[in-house]
Amino acid sequence: MSPAPQESGMNKERAFLDIPRQEPGYRPAEERIRDYRAVELLLDEQEVVRQAARCMDCGTPFCHGYGCTLNNVIPELNTHVYYQRWRQAFELLEQKNPFPEFTGRICPALCEGSCVVGLHGEAVTIRQIELFVAEKAFELGIAGPRPPAARVGRKIAIIGAGPAGLAVAHTLNRAGFDTMVFDNAHHPGGLMRYGIPDFKMEKRIIQRRVDLMHAEGVRFEGGVEVGRDISTRYLWDRFDAIVLAGGARAPRDLAVPGRSLQGVHLALDYLVGQNLINAGEKNDQPAITAAGKNVVVVGGGDTGADCVGTAIRQGAKSVTQVEILPQPPRARADGNPWPQWPMTYRESSSHKEGCSRKWNITTHEFIGSDGRVTALKCAEVEWKNAGGRLTPVEKPGTGFTLEADLVLLAMGFTGPVKGGMLEQFGITFDNRGLPVRDASGMTQQVGVFAAGDMATGATLVIKAMADGIRVAKGVMSWLTQSK
Amino acid sequence: MNAIGMYDPQYEHDACGVGFVANLNGQPSHAIVHRGIEVLMNLLHRGATGSDALTGDGAGLLIQIPDTFFRSVMAGMGIPLPPAGTYGAGMMFMPQDPVARTACQKAVETTVIHEGMNCLGWRTVPVDPSALGETARREMPAVMQCFIDGNGLSGQALERKLYVIRKQSEQRASRPPNGADGFYVVSLSCRTIIYKGMMIAPQVAKFYPELTRPDMTSAMAVVHQRYSTNTFPSWPLAQPFRYLAHNGEINTLRGNRNWMRARENNLDSPLFGDDIKKILPVIEEQGSDSANLDNALELLTQGGRSIHHAMMMLMPQAWGQKYPIGPDLRGFFEYHAGLMEPWDGPAAVVFSDGQHVGATLDRNGLRPARYTVTRDGFMVFASEAGVLDIPAENVSEKGALRPGQMLLVDLTTGRLLHDREIKTQLARHQPYRRWVDENRIDIHGFFNAVGGIQPDQKTLLTRQLLFGYTREDCQIILDAMATKGVEPVGSMGADQPLAVLSEKPQLFYWYFKQLFAQVTNPPIDPIREELVMSLMTFIGISDSVLTETPQHARLVKLKYPILSNEDLERIHQLNLPDFKNHILTIGFDRPASGKSLETALENLCQAAEAAVRADARILILSDRQLPQEQIPIPALLAVSAVNQHLVRQGLRTRAGLLVETGEAREVMHMALLVGFGASAINPYLAYETIADMIMNGECSAKIGNTKAIENYIKACNKGLLKIMSKMGISTLRSYRNAQVFEAVGVRRQVIDRYMPGTASRIEGIGLDEIAAEADERWRTAHIEKPALLPAGGQYRFRTDGERHLWTPETISLLQQATRTGDRGLYRRYAEIINHQAEKLSTLRGLFTFKAAAAIPVEEVEPVDTIVKRFVTGAMSFGSLSRETHETLAIAMNRLDARSNSGEGGEDPARYKPLPNGDSTCSGVKQVASGRFGVTAEYLVNARELQIKIAQGAKPGEGGQLPGHKVNREIARVRHSTPGVTLISPPPHHDIYSIEDIAQLIYDLKNANDEARISVKLVSEVGVGTVAAGVAKARADMILISGYDGGTGASPLSSIKHAGAPWELGLSDTQQTLVLNGLRSRVRVQADGQMKTGRDVVIAALLGAEEFGFATAPLVVCGCVMMRKCHDNTCPVGVATQDPQLRKRFSGRPEYVINFFHMIAEEVREHMAQLGFRTMDEMIGRSDLLDVDRAIHFWKARGLDFSRVFHRPAAQPHEVRCTSKQDHGLENALDYQLLAELGPAFEQKKPVRLKHDIRNIHRTVGTIISSRIARQYGHAGLPTDTITLELTGAAGQSFGAFAAHGLTLILNGEANDYLGKGLAGGRIVVRPYPKAAYDPALNTIAGNVILYGATAGEIYINGRVGERFCIRNSGATAVVEGIGDHGCEYMTGGRVVILGSTGINFAAGMSGGLAYVYDETGMFDGQCNLEMVDLDILNSDKDAAELRRLIENHVRHTGSPKGAAILADWEQAQDRFVKVFPMEYRRVLGQMSRDDEATEREAQEKE
Repeated sequence: MSPAPQESGMNKERAFLDIPRQEPGYRPAEERIRDYRAVELLLDEQEVVRQAARCMDCGTPFCHGYGCTLNNVIPELNTHVYYQRWRQAFELLEQKNPFPEFTGRICPALCEGSCVVGLHGEAVTIRQIELFVAEKAFELGIAGPRPPAARVGRKIAIIGAGPAGLAVAHTLNRAGFDTMVFDNAHHPGGLMRYGIPDFKMEKRIIQRRVDLMHAEGVRFEGGVEVGRDISTRYLWDRFDAIVLAGGARAPRDLAVPGRSLQGVHLALDYLVGQNLINAGEKNDQPAITAAGKNVVVVGGGDTGADCVGTAIRQGAKSVTQVEILPQPPRARADGNPWPQWPMTYRESSSHKEGCSRKWNITTHEFIGSDGRVTALKCAEVEWKNAGGRLTPVEKPGTGFTLEADLVLLAMGFTGPVKGGMLEQFGITFDNRGLPVRDASGMTQQVGVFAAGDMATGATLVIKAMADGIRVAKGVMSWLTQSK
Repeated sequence: MNAIGMYDPQYEHDACGVGFVANLNGQPSHAIVHRGIEVLMNLLHRGATGSDALTGDGAGLLIQIPDTFFRSVMAGMGIPLPPAGTYGAGMMFMPQDPVARTACQKAVETTVIHEGMNCLGWRTVPVDPSALGETARREMPAVMQCFIDGNGLSGQALERKLYVIRKQSEQRASRPPNGADGFYVVSLSCRTIIYKGMMIAPQVAKFYPELTRPDMTSAMAVVHQRYSTNTFPSWPLAQPFRYLAHNGEINTLRGNRNWMRARENNLDSPLFGDDIKKILPVIEEQGSDSANLDNALELLTQGGRSIHHAMMMLMPQAWGQKYPIGPDLRGFFEYHAGLMEPWDGPAAVVFSDGQHVGATLDRNGLRPARYTVTRDGFMVFASEAGVLDIPAENVSEKGALRPGQMLLVDLTTGRLLHDREIKTQLARHQPYRRWVDENRIDIHGFFNAVGGIQPDQKTLLTRQLLFGYTREDCQIILDAMATKGVEPVGSMGADQPLAVLSEKPQLFYWYFKQLFAQVTNPPIDPIREELVMSLMTFIGISDSVLTETPQHARLVKLKYPILSNEDLERIHQLNLPDFKNHILTIGFDRPASGKSLETALENLCQAAEAAVRADARILILSDRQLPQEQIPIPALLAVSAVNQHLVRQGLRTRAGLLVETGEAREVMHMALLVGFGASAINPYLAYETIADMIMNGECSAKIGNTKAIENYIKACNKGLLKIMSKMGISTLRSYRNAQVFEAVGVRRQVIDRYMPGTASRIEGIGLDEIAAEADERWRTAHIEKPALLPAGGQYRFRTDGERHLWTPETISLLQQATRTGDRGLYRRYAEIINHQAEKLSTLRGLFTFKAAAAIPVEEVEPVDTIVKRFVTGAMSFGSLSRETHETLAIAMNRLDARSNSGEGGEDPARYKPLPNGDSTCSGVKQVASGRFGVTAEYLVNARELQIKIAQGAKPGEGGQLPGHKVNREIARVRHSTPGVTLISPPPHHDIYSIEDIAQLIYDLKNANDEARISVKLVSEVGVGTVAAGVAKARADMILISGYDGGTGASPLSSIKHAGAPWELGLSDTQQTLVLNGLRSRVRVQADGQMKTGRDVVIAALLGAEEFGFATAPLVVCGCVMMRKCHDNTCPVGVATQDPQLRKRFSGRPEYVINFFHMIAEEVREHMAQLGFRTMDEMIGRSDLLDVDRAIHFWKARGLDFSRVFHRPAAQPHEVRCTSKQDHGLENALDYQLLAELGPAFEQKKPVRLKHDIRNIHRTVGTIISSRIARQYGHAGLPTDTITLELTGAAGQSFGAFAAHGLTLILNGEANDYLGKGLAGGRIVVRPYPKAAYDPALNTIAGNVILYGATAGEIYINGRVGERFCIRNSGATAVVEGIGDHGCEYMTGGRVVILGSTGINFAAGMSGGLAYVYDETGMFDGQCNLEMVDLDILNSDKDAAELRRLIENHVRHTGSPKGAAILADWEQAQDRFVKVFPMEYRRVLGQMSRDDEATEREAQEKE
């Protein structure tokens, strides 16, 4: 083991001043765009310990109590890391976060947005530290399977193997409940597997966790669409409780002329296609490729960025990303003070690989020839305050066209896909289009719970996991109390 | 007066002036009586009056039986008295009602006959009620004297019989049908008689005209003038009592009473025979602490010991290993330590049995005691010098008692005995030393080091969970204790729920709060004054205190009460037939319920009793081997239950009570266990946890297992000393069983049954809830079995831990609200804090407002006037950054409200307004125990002067600013040296008792007659009576702080466990002040975690007029509750001096103003709802508060706030401040002199005045100094511009805060606090011109001289008392000899001592220099070497400086000794020792190197 930095005369109390934030960085762009492997590097152990020393161990840790949805006990974790107590670190981490190897890779790290060091400097590299602890635990064998000591003898069906469903299954299984996870895809992971590109999280990471859960007793049934392949009645008969965690996959579309032109696709269809290719899985849909094309991504969020990176790797001629919102400021705006999540300008690794970004852009029409899209008709907007709400107002005379052979619509999701399973379960919805749930997460159907994006609308992986854990606890208390 | 609302008479305190006069030859004379009364008159200012200015708290005198007088008056009634000494005379207070009175007389007569004596007759003592104040007159008893024939008995045998008669009469008179209130035997003796009553001194002789008769004679008179915190009339509580008069307070009273009661069943004395049962109970439960001490003294004296022997037993001096005394005397004290625990507390006691009269000081010597002996055989002893005019030429000795010393006049032999002679005689009275050496059984031995511990890792987590361990217990508490050997330190306040409101299962310990000393007695510094402290304890104490045998020394001796596993094993293996031990397991059965717990406790008590009856000498209560199905009984409950049961059975002293528990781990736990009766504790699970942490690398430093356990034990011991010292208790033996805790949230039934006598004012949980919480832990351990310990969250915010009021959410909401002025955000913030129905955190969270006729909010007084009632808390520049400190000051000044300087001085630049009209001058200037930067200039630049008695986060403790934080700027402002550590002592060394605070208030009023004087107290049970005392001391405002207030650095256990919520203290204060008719003269302020307008309204309804906020304004200024103030790494520049971090400060006065406006706005909204147009109407309207019935939290259900909401009947003007205190400044001598000082002030022309002075002239020179400071600042006038030459005995605080340009020459003598806060002036004290005694050998001035002096010089030709130059930071002093603790906490200045010093010289001295003339070569033994080096004069510079100072001394005082030294300078200079603080030396070295470097640089440049 390398010599502990804490023994080299480091002043832990002042480390947040003395030591600069250090991120591991990415593989060089010219190298990484030639493959789909993970782009982000890992910090080495010595650096992780130094970075952990920067944590001030706040008496009121905003990272833990405000930023992190899972309330990861970040200061204690950092202390363990500082002292290189990997087992204790992992045990503590795992107590709040079932899948730190996921969040360590793909979480935007809300914690860092509210880190007190970040108030006047650069936040602690909390996500990287978490990731290191998780990987170290796998390396040292600490993260091995931990099946429950005893089984309760209750069975729960979980529909949807995304982050929420996996979190539900993990939590219930560890508590001794029998869990069966159904998913219409062949392999568990949901959008983490099929939506998020490999270069952000390699699928072996997911598989490693799925294997571990399997070894702990969680059962998976892939390629099964509930409501079509198996009936709700089938589930009622065999399970004590049912958790619906099917995600919020109904996309927000762009209903403008030309939408039906070839070459205009929903982002998710595009991303799933490439992921299936990478995984060597069969795809029922024709492959969409950006090779040699001028690509325009509509929507400036994370999914859009994923499209950018994927298009670049596919060999796009150019990639342009347009967003209706204004470009975020470099520093926090007045209305966005610490400890709120900083709505500042960010560049993902994909953006750095070669992409032009445009802001305040609205799209009027897709123009095509031969049924194929060739360009977008756009205009600039201005955001004006109308009755207390900011609304985009087109700036006259700013219309322009944007050449495009492939348009990817990455404008978010509107909620769970209605009909099908939800209808068969008789789920009722609120005015936001989300299932009505009680505090425990149960829908108005007794014994049927909803968790994750399906219940909350599309959001971050960590929030889906947090909701999954909460609902799992709801299931447990319902099962132990009511029956 | 009975308990009513929050008021409970058992918390009354008193203190006073005491004294005696005597003819050494034992000849009675009337002059003695006369002079006794004269002494009383001259101690008048030490007493007090209540709302009725003519009713004193009590005064009286004890004299020998005036046989001639009695014989003549009784003969006049036809009753001839038998020869002197063969009859008893009783002085009795009787009911005024004739029927009741006759019944009482009858009871006495019957008893007398019953005891084989006969009653000679009664005499109604003529009194003049018109001499009394109205209140006293209303309660006046009939005063009668009774004469009893000794029937052949005389002397001690007759005294003993009269004792029995008195005890029996009291019982008989109180039995039905009498039950007579108002019957009280003042004295009944064949040797002494007492005249006393509710009077002030001048009334005594008027009320008892016979005292002036020439045949009223005595050879001695003991006198006492009382100052009580309350004003309720009580004639019996006037002093002297039958054997003593006491100035001070017994802090360990509860324990002493418990132990005395425990002994009673087994008292045995051949002198009493069967009569012994007739004197029980020995202790009068209704009596005051002094009365109880008198009861104990009486028992021991009647049991055959001499009165001075008995006194030394009750109030032994310090005799630990570090204390320089001989082995025989140490043997004496150790022997008696096994018999009797000390009655501990500040005390000057004057005692007499009629044949002896004497005086003694407790081990800390915190009361003044001065005496004068004349050449013609007369002596006077009193709290002050100068109480009698005695021509100087007739004086043969002027002295002062030192800590633990005694003085005795044997009237039968006509001799005056000094301390050494008395003690040497007693030490050899029996072979005590040999008895002890031969019989003592030691447990902690030198060779028995602590062994390593092997944790049982398989079961460890389960057991930790069973006993409620959290990760914080390990990471924060145990880690610090094990690796550093200290308790962990934290910062900011306690904003988590009280135990009774917490949803997490709480250990029973958390329901208790430590009590602490404030005002009425001083806390002790357990570090700097460690040598008076003791953790030694004995197991197997004997029952009979009335006999002396070697067997009494057969005891197990423990050096401290924390047992290692080996210790316990050794005790277990003690194979001695008379030290059998017996293990009792402390568990109860599941299913858990109050019933099963009760049964288990009952069985436990029975088993304990049976074991003791079967001769077990050591009981071990253990939860170590409980079967899995049993739940551990909270160890505190088990210990207290067994302890009390054994006390009740009269068995407690027969056995030691050891606890082997997995539950106890932090210092507070240990303190509670000992405080409720445990003899020693083995915290085995804490040891195991530490061992486990070491194995897993979970300690913050690498440390061996054994060393860690040793450290842990050390930390426990240090912590225990600290907790004891907060209460002013020095020895663990008297702390044990003293129950100096208050329960918050425990039901009366539980308290009364298992821990009787403990305060618990709001009811709360019962056995059911206690059992349920224990069961919850059991379920976690055995059923839920989590993989990790729970987070805890007491000391830091955790989402799954304890709730906090300051959360990321509330902090960010408040910051944004005040930054943007967004009221909506403020409302969201306030809602979270106020909406406590689901989230109970504070007591006020449980309150609701009763419905009232609402008014439109427009009719409510405006925000602008409301904000004037707001203040920011006392936070020093030093703890806060300059930016923060000034931001708060500017904001508060703009609001016309007040910020508080805190304890740390203030930069004089801030006294001038800024160009834009803002002012950074703090409206409130604090005067705390460290007196940093308290100059005359500082004091005049204040609108309010605040005496900080205690701080919510750490009441009863001092503080320390480590050297590395004392940068140049802070050092300048604090008048100290950069880099030198600054220590604030726990007590104000000029406030040891209630009359002292009156003196300090008077001093400060003299120093700035335009400022109001406030006193900051911390809420605890009885704070109301303290506040009443403070109101009587003429404070203009009293601040009641909650326990939960913030701090820059305090031990965590203090932050959490000391003091009570302000809701309790405030209502107690309000009710007590109203009941006493004192409320109208004093304003009341409250603070402690105030955050919203609702908090303000509740405080107002409970009685506060003003409201303090500290943490919230800091949050507004950017604080994010890091709780790292103590690390100087505040990342937002609020609580740090680091220049890099200070740049980050983002607060602005506007934000703070926004905050207070928002608070006031919320207050207005509530007021409108409640129908109040003005704040004044709202104050004290506790009738509008109710308990929120909507709250159903299971543990909160048992709470009862009716006492808190109680509203005493009073005139409307009496519920809030409507008048002003009369400070009596107009009589000050300074005013008489000022008239002649015009030229000095106007033209700086030298003026020299002469005047006589007496001890009643207090604080002379201070008003003049305040005028100088006001006009000329700290620089003052040119030296000697004003010279006052005064002749006589100066009163206290002579020359306090004397400014530059003022020279005070005193021919005569001075009392305490001479030159307090000296700020540039010069003081010269020299003996009376005609004095014939050698000044170098006699005492010329009192205690605590130059306390907190910042500049100036003082020359004293004579010896002085204790704590000379304490906390001096710049003055120069020359003196001829001093008492104990000289130069304590000194940080700067020069001190020359031309004679001997007492012990503990230079304790905590971090700066300055002292030169001590060490004639005997013994000085090093007297010096505390923790922080100083002893050098010879090692440079010519030193020698020259010293010589110059001695020359000055001789020039100013004419000192013969100084002259002799100068004459022999070549030889003499080698006898000087230079006392050089190590840190100071380092800093000076550094500075001179810096200077050299600068010089070199300068030269190089040239």
